[in-house]
Amino acid sequence: MGEIGQAFAIAFDLVFSLDRNLFAIVLLSLKVSLTAVIIACILGFGLGAGLASLRFPGRKAIIIMINALMGLPPVVVGLLVYLLLSRSGPFGVLSLLYTPMAMIIAQVILITPLVAALCLQSLQDLHYEYDEFFRSLNLSPSSKMKTLLWDARLSLLTVALAGFGRAISEVGAVMIVGGNINHVTRIMTTAIALETSKGTLALALALGIILITISVAINAAAMLIRSTAKRYAHA
Amino acid sequence: MLDQINEPPAGTIKNTISRCSPIVFKSVCLEIDGQLLINNINCSFDTLGKTVIIGPNGAGKSLLLRLMTGLIKPTSGSISGGVQSSQGQSEGKPSVCYSLVFQNPVLLRRSTYENIAFVLREQKCGKEELVKKTNLALKLARLEDRAQTPARSLSGGEQQRLALARALVVNPAGLLLDEPTASLDPASTFIVEEMVNKANRNGTKIIFVTHDIRQAKRMADDILFVNEGRILVHKPARAFFKDPESKKAQAYLDGRLPL
Ligand SMILES: Nc1ncnc2c1ncn2[C@@H]1O[C@H](COP(=O)(O)OP(=O)(O)OP(=O)(O)O)[C@@H](O)[C@H]1O
Ligand SMILES: [Mg+2]
Repeated sequence: MGEIGQAFAIAFDLVFSLDRNLFAIVLLSLKVSLTAVIIACILGFGLGAGLASLRFPGRKAIIIMINALMGLPPVVVGLLVYLLLSRSGPFGVLSLLYTPMAMIIAQVILITPLVAALCLQSLQDLHYEYDEFFRSLNLSPSSKMKTLLWDARLSLLTVALAGFGRAISEVGAVMIVGGNINHVTRIMTTAIALETSKGTLALALALGIILITISVAINAAAMLIRSTAKRYAHA
Repeated sequence: MLDQINEPPAGTIKNTISRCSPIVFKSVCLEIDGQLLINNINCSFDTLGKTVIIGPNGAGKSLLLRLMTGLIKPTSGSISGGVQSSQGQSEGKPSVCYSLVFQNPVLLRRSTYENIAFVLREQKCGKEELVKKTNLALKLARLEDRAQTPARSLSGGEQQRLALARALVVNPAGLLLDEPTASLDPASTFIVEEMVNKANRNGTKIIFVTHDIRQAKRMADDILFVNEGRILVHKPARAFFKDPESKKAQAYLDGRLPL
C-alpha cells in the first residue's frame, strides 16, 4: 500500500511539475494520434459519405468489410504493418520501421474502419431524408457527399473524437511497429506498459492520470457537441 | 438563363413561351410490391396554367408528382416532357426544369438563408447574384427576419414557405406542389397562394395537390380528379365544379366517402 501511495505522490509531482521527459512522451502521443485521426477522417469520411449517398455494385460487401475490420485486433495490425515495413518487406527501403510514421500508419489502419463505419451510420438517416430532394435537384455525387458531410458536421466531430480516443489509448500495434524507443517512439501507452513491467510505477501512473484526463475531456466534449447538435438541428 | 424574379408590371404575362416541353403520360402504370398504385394513366399537361390535383388520401397524387419529376420510374408506359427545351438551356449544367415541393418539406440542417443559397450555389450562380436572389426570395416568403434561424426550428408554416421559396428561387419552368398549405393558417396560406400566383404570372407552370376545395376553386385553371391510381376526371376548373361528371368526384366534393 505504502509503495503505491508513494508512487501516486511522485506521479502527481511529475504531472504538476511539468516534467520534461513526461511531456515529451505526451506530446509525441498527441502528435501521432492527431495525425492518424486527421488522415483517418479524410479517408473514413470520404468512404462513409460515398457509401451513404451512392448505390453501386459491391457497396454491401464494402460495408461488411468495414464492419469486420472495425474489430481488428491491434496486435494483428501491428504485425501486418511490421511485415510490410520491415527491411525485407515490400516497403523496407523506406526504412520507416521504428519511427513515428510507422505508428501513424498502424493507427490509421486501425481507426479508419471505425471512422468510416460511424460516419456511414450518421449519414445514412440523413441521406434517406434528403435523397429525393437531392435527386430533384439533379445533384452530382460529389455535391451529395459534400452536403451530407456538412449537414452532419457536428455528429462527425464526435466520430472524430471516438477515433482519437481509440488511437491515443491503443498499445498493441504501436508497440510492435514503434518499438517504444526512448525519445523517438515512446508514447504514453507503450511507456505505461514498459514502466509497469519494469516496476517504475510512478511514471506509469503519471501517464495513466494524463490518459484518463484526456479520455474524460473527449467524452465531455462529445456530450457537449451532441447537445448543441440537438438544439441546432432539431432532430 | 431566364431568371428575372422581379415582378413584371401587374397584368402582363412574361415568358409566355414555356421553357420546358409539356408533360405527357402514355398508359403509365406503377406497381410496387405487387400492388397497382398507378393504373393506366393517359394525360397531358399544358405548360402555362395552374393544374390542381384533388382526390382522396392514398389516391396516388404524391406518386403522380414523383413520376412527373422522374423520382420514380413507371413500371410500364412512358412519361415524356418535363425536360429542358433548348431555349432555356444555360451553359453547362441544365437548370432545374420542374421544382418539386414535397408534402413534408425537406430542409437542410442549415439556416433559412443557407437553405435557399444552397440551390443557387448548385446552379453555379455568381456570388453577388446569389446574395441578391436569396434575399429577394426571403422577402417574397416573408422570412427576412428569420434568415439566420436554423431552418428546422422554423414553424410548420414558415418551413412550407421556405421550401416554396427555395423551389422558386431557381425560376423553374414548372412548379409542383404537394399540399403546400395543408397545415397552414389563413395568413400563411394566403402568402403561399400569392407566391404561387406570382410565379405563374411570370410564366411558371403550376401543378398543385390540395385537399382544400375552396383553394382549388380559387387557384385552378384545370382540375384533375384522381382516385385509386386512376384519373377519373380532367376538366377546366369551372366545368368541373359545375359538373364533376364522375360520381366519385361528386362524392368527394360533397364530402362524402367515395364509394
Ligand atoms: N414507396 C411505396 N411503397 C409502397 N407503397 C407506396 C409507396 N408510396 C406510396 N405507396 C402507396 O401508394 C398509394 C398512393 O400514395 P400517395 O402518397 O400517392 O397518396 P396521396 O394521393 O398523395 O395521398 P395523401 O392525400 O394522403 O397525400 C398509397 O396507398 C400508398 O400506401
Ligand atoms: Mg400525398
